[in-house]
Amino acid sequence: MEFAELIKTPRADNVVLHRPFYPAVEGTLCLTGHHLILSSRRQDNSEELWLLHSNIDSIEKRFVGSLGTIIIKCKDLRIIQLDIPGMEECLNIASSIEALSTLDSVTLMYPFFYRPMFEVVEDGWHSFLPEREFELLSSVTNEWRLSYVNKEFSVCPSYPPAVTVPKSIDDEALRRVATFRHGGRFPVLSYYHKKNGMVMMRSSQPLTGTNGRRCKEDSALINATLRAGKRGYIIDTRSLNVAQQARAKGGGFEQEVQYPQWRRIHKSVERYNILQESLIKLVEACNDQSHNMDRWLSKLEASNWLTHIKEILTAACLAAQCIDREGASVLVHGTEGTDSTLQITSLAQIILDPRCRTIRGFEALIEREWLQAGHPFQQRCAQSAYSNSKQKWESPVFFLFLDCVWQTLRQFPCSFEFNGHFLIMLFENAYASQFGTFLGNNESERCKLKLPQKTMSLWSWVNQPYELSKFKNPLFEANSLVIWPSVAPQSLQLWEGVFLRWNRSSKFLDEACEEMNNIIEYNKELQAKVNALRRQLAELETDDGMQESS
Amino acid sequence: MEHIRTTKVEQVKLIDRFSTSNKSLMGTLYLTATHLLFIDSSQKETWILHHHIATVEKLALTTSGCPLVIQCKNFRVVHFIVPRERDCHDIYNSLLQLSKPASYNELYAFSYNPKQNESKRLQGWQLIDLAEEYKRMGVPNSNWQLSDANRDYEICDSYPRELYVPRTASKPVIVGSSKFRSKGRFPVLSYYHRDKEAAICRCSQPLSGFSARCLEDENMLHAISIANPAHHYMYVMDTRPKLNAMANRAAGKGYENEDNYANIRFQFVGIENIHVMRSSLQKLLEVSGTKALSVNSFLSGLENSGWLRHIKAVLDAAIFLAKAVAVENATVLVHCSDGWDRTSQVCSLGSLLLDSHYRTIRGFMVLIEKDWISFGHKFSDRCGQLDGDPKEISPVFTQFLEGVWHLTEQFPQAFEYNEAFLLQIHEHVHSCQFGNFLGNCQKEREELKLKEKTYSLWPFLLDEQKKYLNPLYNRDFSQKLVLLEPNTASFNFKFWRNMYHQFDRTMHPRQSVFNLIMTMSEQNKQLEKDFKELEAFHHYSNLKIRELGCGGRMSLERCLFKIWLGFVRTRIDPTGDGSAYHGPQHAHSVTTTRRFLYSPLNWYLASLL
Repeated sequence: MEFAELIKTPRADNVVLHRPFYPAVEGTLCLTGHHLILSSRRQDNSEELWLLHSNIDSIEKRFVGSLGTIIIKCKDLRIIQLDIPGMEECLNIASSIEALSTLDSVTLMYPFFYRPMFEVVEDGWHSFLPEREFELLSSVTNEWRLSYVNKEFSVCPSYPPAVTVPKSIDDEALRRVATFRHGGRFPVLSYYHKKNGMVMMRSSQPLTGTNGRRCKEDSALINATLRAGKRGYIIDTRSLNVAQQARAKGGGFEQEVQYPQWRRIHKSVERYNILQESLIKLVEACNDQSHNMDRWLSKLEASNWLTHIKEILTAACLAAQCIDREGASVLVHGTEGTDSTLQITSLAQIILDPRCRTIRGFEALIEREWLQAGHPFQQRCAQSAYSNSKQKWESPVFFLFLDCVWQTLRQFPCSFEFNGHFLIMLFENAYASQFGTFLGNNESERCKLKLPQKTMSLWSWVNQPYELSKFKNPLFEANSLVIWPSVAPQSLQLWEGVFLRWNRSSKFLDEACEEMNNIIEYNKELQAKVNALRRQLAELETDDGMQESS
Repeated sequence: MEHIRTTKVEQVKLIDRFSTSNKSLMGTLYLTATHLLFIDSSQKETWILHHHIATVEKLALTTSGCPLVIQCKNFRVVHFIVPRERDCHDIYNSLLQLSKPASYNELYAFSYNPKQNESKRLQGWQLIDLAEEYKRMGVPNSNWQLSDANRDYEICDSYPRELYVPRTASKPVIVGSSKFRSKGRFPVLSYYHRDKEAAICRCSQPLSGFSARCLEDENMLHAISIANPAHHYMYVMDTRPKLNAMANRAAGKGYENEDNYANIRFQFVGIENIHVMRSSLQKLLEVSGTKALSVNSFLSGLENSGWLRHIKAVLDAAIFLAKAVAVENATVLVHCSDGWDRTSQVCSLGSLLLDSHYRTIRGFMVLIEKDWISFGHKFSDRCGQLDGDPKEISPVFTQFLEGVWHLTEQFPQAFEYNEAFLLQIHEHVHSCQFGNFLGNCQKEREELKLKEKTYSLWPFLLDEQKKYLNPLYNRDFSQKLVLLEPNTASFNFKFWRNMYHQFDRTMHPRQSVFNLIMTMSEQNKQLEKDFKELEAFHHYSNLKIRELGCGGRMSLERCLFKIWLGFVRTRIDPTGDGSAYHGPQHAHSVTTTRRFLYSPLNWYLASLL
């Protein structure tokens, strides 16, 4: 298919652009295969808009006489308006945008066409290979092995080719366990707590069904992670009720009789389109500035967004507590083990592991616990807050995870190497990007799409020193401790940087932030200068120094 | 002391009110004449001033003892379990008495003794001078003058002695107007905007009933209006909801009839009365004090309390006022019922938006002295300083502080002071430790001889100013911006956790960016000094070395110099790893030694030896 077929009117003059915080500007609108471009043709070229079609969540058109208006709602929550003279032009442009922003085929997406303007120093596709992660693990324990049982993606289509499993369990057993777990997602290692050797594993639900099917390899696999005489915890991210109902559909949960060494805890975390609806409601509430206080608070409440944040953080704290405080190993799963499970396992690691709070460590975490673990990004992030499609698979699972990280970052502002902008950047790229990182639903799809060969990795761009400098937290001081966030409603806050970003000017806050950075920079500079002088004085004191300077 | 039935109870448990696992600390409870003190087994002390106690509650006996819940005016809530009911009962009764003194002279301020000499104490009271402040604003001038009408509190006993009124308002007009205003609180100047020649005036409601008129009052408003030479109309802001104002007419009070007053623009603002505010705060505290609170109960509780709605209403009114002055150059007269609650809130917040002086530490003290203390906000009644009518208690001043806090959140660089300053003022408005906030009006304060018998809070706050400085404050910021125009879309209003959960440590961020920046900014000042000294010293040493020359011969002078150099260096950097620079406090002590040692003169003297 040629993009030209979809672009009926490639350009229109005298288009007026309205966008947050800027005065309306008139210019020429151009449509390309992947971008919507507005250029004002002013000398300074500053009045330009480049918008990825894939960032467009929904559009609306209105007409007053022959003047058409297109309202474009973006996945990054921004809303812009284009006034286009001429009804035909307007209709053509609207239908082109609609078609171009909802392309079916992944291979037509921008990442396949994007050519980087920077030199790739480190290819992000190879930055976080499972082998590298496993090397780190083997330096502290030898109880685990890297299994390639899923090399052809035949045992579990949503797992990567290499997974970490207990050394004592062979590939044959893994194959059998896979048949006992939803989607073949047998329990694998998610995190090893160096401090006490306890582990966190994740999987999908066991397929016990109504007649209590069992699998002795399954219990052998998870029992292999327990110390003699110790019990472990299974954290089921569904309520007991939901878990019981799952049995009717062939799913289920671990019964005490078959897993006597494990204690099961149900910690319900919401999933699917309930979350999407929550996001839609929240954004709707934030976008209406005219709400009086009561209405705003009741809309905020009705969105349930912060309730979900609290639920997820509470479950993550529980998992972390079992490992760090109780000294027990943990298995986390829900139904498929691709959504709430990953929220819990990844947040628990942020709480427990200082490495995950560094930039590279956090990137590795996303790579490991989200991309390789098979979170279906393409389905989940197909649409954002302005979606009308109500598809069950669309869900801001990753977005919620980022919000939870932001809440934790706010409570421990010196313990993270990255800042809030880093999280916002990840949010934007998960929904629309020139990079291939978040394309596809799992490693198998990415492999078939040949993403590493045909597209650029987000990490290749982010990890350049200049780009990184924008995402660094100047207050960062490595904190080797476990950090326990407060989940009291008084401690949770609306993520203003995302939800109010386009609704109110942050000029004064940004300036204050800059001043803060200046103080920190100045402090470093002064310390360095004072220390240098002191060193020079010390040199003077020695005879050599005296002779040199004389 | 006669109220204290028992002075010490052992084996008392202090329960963490939010912990779901009923975490508790064991310790001993002491009752002193002024404080309740709990010392836990790790020797950590919790001091509670009797005056801070809002309510004491004795709950039903449990197996572990008798629970005693104390809620404080600074929003601390402590939950004790006293093993023996008898002891609990004694403490309970003692605290009931101690927290509700019957007369002013029982208040802490009259016994508080910071061991300061008398002249310093008196100086403290002179720190804030309102006459100076009016001068700063630019009055008296050709349009405004100081009136002696109330010099001996003869026409209004809740106003200060010194009042500024339009020059054209004659004494009979003032007297007549005051008779037509509730409690005699006639229109007077609160703030004068020098550039715009516009004024903020304040008063109480007129006694208009359904149809009464008062020529003098009409003349008074006219005089205020024409005191603004540029303008042909003035605003009259009634800060009450219209319904309340109308209801007042039946009692012979009410609001201005636009037909009777020349060129006024009348406006209702809709801030609720003290009773609504009191119950609003109570609801807010009930919600925020709930154990294992869900997000939805918190948000719906926040909504039902109406608290943020009220804060927004107060701020919106202040913005209306400030814009009328700054944008329209119009004079505004503000009133509510008696003109000492809502009127104080709106006038002071409006002035704060207009004038950057009030965003400095001293300026804020002046603002409170002027619009709250001198104009007779009834601190004693509103804060329940004495055992009195509980219906008079209302968090009007707390709301003002919260309004300021919201502004500091939106304009982080516009204020010289920080949140801790606001919290500390709130603490002392209720502590009755200093004389400033005792009583209900200036006349009462004079009768209590506060300036003779008590201390003023302000010099104490200035002494520890460092704690209250905002490191991000930018003086130029205010100069660029004539008027602070906060965004009051509802989503900007947040629950003030640091106020209402001040003492609940687990709810706050575990690391404070603000404190860190504050420390760093302090440290920077020190480092700058150190750098200059080191540089001078280094320069001097280099010169000296050149002067001493090289060569194999070790002169006495050179030996001396080396010894001295080593001596100085070890003093500056005792550990040799630069750790002297990690804490500003430590760095300070090092500098004093250094200042002596660096001095080239001292070195010169030493070299003569």
